[in-house]
Amino acid sequence: MTPSQNKSLFQKELISEAFIQSFIKLNPKQMIKNPVMFTVEIGTCVMLYVCISILFNNNGSQGSLTYNVVVFFVLLLTLLFANFAEAIAEARGKAQAESLRKTREETPAKKVVDPNKMDSDHLEIIPSSQLKKNDLFFCIEGDTIPTDGEIIHGLATIDESAITGESAPVIREAGGDKSSVTGGTKVLSDRIIVKVTTEPGESFLDKMIALVEGASRQKTPNEIALTILLAGFTLVFIIVCVTLKPFADYANTPITIAALISLFVCLIPTTIGGLLSAIGIAGMDRALRANVITKSGKAVETAGDIDVLLLDKTGTITIGNRKATHFYPAHGIGEKQFIKACALSSISDETPEGKSIIELSGFSKSEFETEDPQFIKFTAETRSSGIDYEAGKIRIRKGASDSIKKLCEKAGNNFPGEIAERVKLISSNGGTPLVVCENEKVIGVIELQDIIKPGIRERFERLRKMGIKTVMVTGDNPLTAKFIAEKAGVDDFIAEAKPEDKMNYIKNEQQQGKLVAMMGDGTNDAPALAQADVGVAMNSGTQAAKEAGNMVDLDNDPTKLIEIVEIGKQLLITRGTLTTFSIANDVAKYFAIVPALFITSIPALQGLNIMNLKTPESAILSAVIFNALIIPILIPLALRGVEYKPIGASALLRRNLIIYGLGGVIVPFIGIKLIDLAVGLFF
Amino acid sequence: MNTELIGVIATFIITIVIAIPFGKYIVKVFKGEKTILDFLIPVEKTIFRLCGIDSTKQMNWKQHLIALLSINILWFVYAFIMLLTQGSLFLNPDGNPSMSPDLSFNTAISFVVNCNLQHYSGETGLTYLTQLAVIAFLQFVSAATGIAALIVVFNAMKEKTTEGLGNFFDMFLKSITRILLPVSSIIALILVFNGTPASFAGKDTIHTLQGDTVQVSRGPAAGMIGIKHLGTNGGGWFGANSAHPLENPNYLTNMVEMIAQVLIPLALIFALGFYLNRKKMAYVIFGVMTIGMISFLIPTMIAETSGNPAITKMGIDQSGGSMEGKEVRFGASASAYWSVLTTIISTGSVNSMHDSSMPVSGTMQLLGMMTNAFYGGCGVGILNYYIFMIIAVFISGLMVGRTPEFLGRKIEAREMKIATMIALLHPFLILVGTAISSYMYTKDPSVGWLNNPGYHGFSEMLYEYTSSAANNGSGFEGLGDNNWFWNITTGFVLIIGRFLPIIGPVAIAGILARKKFIPESAGTLRTDTGTFGIMTYAVIMIIAALAFFPALVLGPLAEYFTLYHH
Repeated sequence: MTPSQNKSLFQKELISEAFIQSFIKLNPKQMIKNPVMFTVEIGTCVMLYVCISILFNNNGSQGSLTYNVVVFFVLLLTLLFANFAEAIAEARGKAQAESLRKTREETPAKKVVDPNKMDSDHLEIIPSSQLKKNDLFFCIEGDTIPTDGEIIHGLATIDESAITGESAPVIREAGGDKSSVTGGTKVLSDRIIVKVTTEPGESFLDKMIALVEGASRQKTPNEIALTILLAGFTLVFIIVCVTLKPFADYANTPITIAALISLFVCLIPTTIGGLLSAIGIAGMDRALRANVITKSGKAVETAGDIDVLLLDKTGTITIGNRKATHFYPAHGIGEKQFIKACALSSISDETPEGKSIIELSGFSKSEFETEDPQFIKFTAETRSSGIDYEAGKIRIRKGASDSIKKLCEKAGNNFPGEIAERVKLISSNGGTPLVVCENEKVIGVIELQDIIKPGIRERFERLRKMGIKTVMVTGDNPLTAKFIAEKAGVDDFIAEAKPEDKMNYIKNEQQQGKLVAMMGDGTNDAPALAQADVGVAMNSGTQAAKEAGNMVDLDNDPTKLIEIVEIGKQLLITRGTLTTFSIANDVAKYFAIVPALFITSIPALQGLNIMNLKTPESAILSAVIFNALIIPILIPLALRGVEYKPIGASALLRRNLIIYGLGGVIVPFIGIKLIDLAVGLFF
Repeated sequence: MNTELIGVIATFIITIVIAIPFGKYIVKVFKGEKTILDFLIPVEKTIFRLCGIDSTKQMNWKQHLIALLSINILWFVYAFIMLLTQGSLFLNPDGNPSMSPDLSFNTAISFVVNCNLQHYSGETGLTYLTQLAVIAFLQFVSAATGIAALIVVFNAMKEKTTEGLGNFFDMFLKSITRILLPVSSIIALILVFNGTPASFAGKDTIHTLQGDTVQVSRGPAAGMIGIKHLGTNGGGWFGANSAHPLENPNYLTNMVEMIAQVLIPLALIFALGFYLNRKKMAYVIFGVMTIGMISFLIPTMIAETSGNPAITKMGIDQSGGSMEGKEVRFGASASAYWSVLTTIISTGSVNSMHDSSMPVSGTMQLLGMMTNAFYGGCGVGILNYYIFMIIAVFISGLMVGRTPEFLGRKIEAREMKIATMIALLHPFLILVGTAISSYMYTKDPSVGWLNNPGYHGFSEMLYEYTSSAANNGSGFEGLGDNNWFWNITTGFVLIIGRFLPIIGPVAIAGILARKKFIPESAGTLRTDTGTFGIMTYAVIMIIAALAFFPALVLGPLAEYFTLYHH
């Protein structure tokens, strides 16, 4: 987690900024985006007019000036509270993003002037803001990386703690999937040449800040649908209030403008209307606090809908990488000889598995004296690696059993039954067998074992309760994959996965109407990331992967997906519960205001005044004051989000319906009564 | 428990007992499975051949609506001309005159839209020809329109992505030949055996015990009274509707008519369960609607059986309940039950005068029509409920942390726009209509349509628009409504209040059916649970009922508090 994360919802400097913004946002041009609050603004203006006209010509028909002025101010407050909610959410999001951005501002960049002369002598020092896309820059030990880019040359250890909060340095190198560097991080050792991947002001972080600031914030489809519903409610109540005038005239009951507008403002869903955009911004902000940059609000929302989660085994389900645990020489091969061959095949193998083989063998690299060694790198095609030496006379290969089997059988050698047995045994115990052959003859098997992360099973259980299917993606053979899948508690797995397998799996699930999320880092993940409904690219991943996904995880933490799903759900739940609360409030408000409207001319209606409010004026004032106050009271809830509990949809609905529905009916009865006790002293 | 109450409970239970197998039968009809009425297939085929209709052609939702609206327009034109000229046509033994243009307009519309708001009295306003060829005809086809529209929505709710939602004409014709005609014939037979006239002779003359002579209207009434209830139409042969001794002669016919009017609305709920294989959902809908019905019934029963305090004060015995405007042969309880049924369902026939109901009962009758979704009219009741379900799904879907989906389809802005508009329409029509009439009356009380000014007069106007918008057709009869203002304004309210609430749900269902079907998971909101039922109930009460609270306060509630608290 970032060091900048803070527990307090309201920091002083944020509050003062939000305070000013609440007034600026009164501009009708901005207000009109929120139809509910816009109608409140019109009502407020009408009240202002009423107050002024009473000031000049008070015939008493509209009630006392004080009463009207108080109504006006309460309505104004309602508007300001709603604006404040949006402003504080924006300010928090911005502050969070700024703290990330600050780290990368105006650092000197060593620009490579001539791409043909990439050495330290041909550099030009310019401010980082002047770096353009595709420029090259040079970084050496101690430099701060000026902007986002991709290493095209060299390798370096980098301290990313400014972004991720993680103090352990990471290695980034040219080529491969870990070639991305982020502006603001620091080079700890070695030197690299980096190609700029974004235009100034267009990095993901810049985009996110713009999203939060509202300039480019677009309403998500769900927000639009909800706004339509809320606008519908508002329209109903416009009709209710407008038609009330002729009704009252018929009944010979004059209604003051203040009472009519108060009734209207109380009935329309101002609570959710005022908090709606704050909820959306807070969702993105919460994602950012989890160190995830989202490219749109929609992505967060979609995350809440995810049905299928594709997770890479390594790093997500198992700790880091597999380790070699046993050497099993084939019949007739000496143990020592076999172990040596294993170690030899792994000398140039930089993968953690390779290193662990050397480690287990007990040899050190320097002990090997080989003649004319040629290292064979692992490729997806051969699915094996190894070494040739003595001018190719000795060829050692290690790899998956089927690829080695193919290799041996091609050379006319058979694959021993005991080895096949051993391979099966290791696999069924969740290990990964690596078969080793020398000159196309099988000489033994290395057992690699995975270590499943503690607590991961519980997390999958939680996901299952949310209705999300987890799928483990692994390069392991199906037997090993099955063992680990069962042990970790995932619902399905893709074994011996090639990049296109992921893609096909996603497409297949989507065909059935499911929404799929995945995380990836490599360039070959990019198509799948783009295909997935929620694609989270790791920040350390390649630029292609980051472009393809709709979120970027700064922590490079594969379990982050789970958190993202919960953030998405929280966002939707907060919207739903506050809408319910807002509408449920209407019951009490009706009972406060409607009797107050008519009680003077129809005294019998006292029977409807079930809250026993003191006077019509105090009843109306209490209702509008309650209506205004509930907005700031709910701001913390809107910003933090309503807690998500994976207890099944029906139970969750019951729970939220009781708390926010029933609560929404009861709370205003109590609140309005209490306010009336105070207001009743004056009116 | 007293006998009257037992009568009410027995009626309700018998209705359910018949409705469940009847629902199964309806499903068989529309799934094209074997039924006992398959001998009618050649008749249906002949009708289609004569009309040049290919009844196997699948239609999408737009084609369904075009078909539905165009035949409705035809009927309207036909009915309007017939009513305008009935005086000079045949089958008019009593020599009744033609209708005025505004009354023809109102009557034609009111029967096309299954409302049967009668601004005339059957005995003098219509001829036997128009009673049969216009009124009874429209009672069949308007009910069939509602049923067919609902089956379109059923087809759209199935678990597959599809454009084709069946053939409208096929469903429409089968609604008549397989459901409405046979059952209404049975009801008509029962009525005939109990004394309802079925004769083409004109007025009869009887000599009373006092020695006076009275002219009694009659006619081929029994057949029409059958479909009037079965099709939730409600327009009576006689002006006094089912309070008239020839239209509803005794307690047995009263039970039959009460059962008949709820039968199809109830059966269609169960049909939903069988048709979509979502029985639990049907039971939840049934439960919510029944709770809605009972929540209106209990206050009405209490108010009606405890009598009118104003009359008690005069020292008159009220042990039989409040009997003003009620028929002694039915009593207060059965009249209370009828008045609730006829308003929650869009029948609108009456066996007592609602104008004379207690204020609480008046409130409940109004609420029944304002919500208009507890059982509701033939087919359209569930369509109205469907809109509330969409809104409930949207809000509760959010509350469980998913973007809302209903039966495997995502509900997005377009569907919400339609649903909101339809939910909005009802309060709009009722409140604006009442506001205009209140304004006109306040400005110039000499317009003269109110015999009871004050709260009750307000209730009468509110009731008239509510009844029109809900396509109910009953009236607080104190209102002088046969004049151009009421004929024209309620006429428009009728059209809008009928067709938009059919177009809306069919459109939503059609749009949803084209979307990709998403299988359910543990995170999906289930719409067949009690919790969701409560949510839907709350949405109906808060949106549909609360919007009318101020209006109700100025009408029946003001009357109630004045009556009881002073």
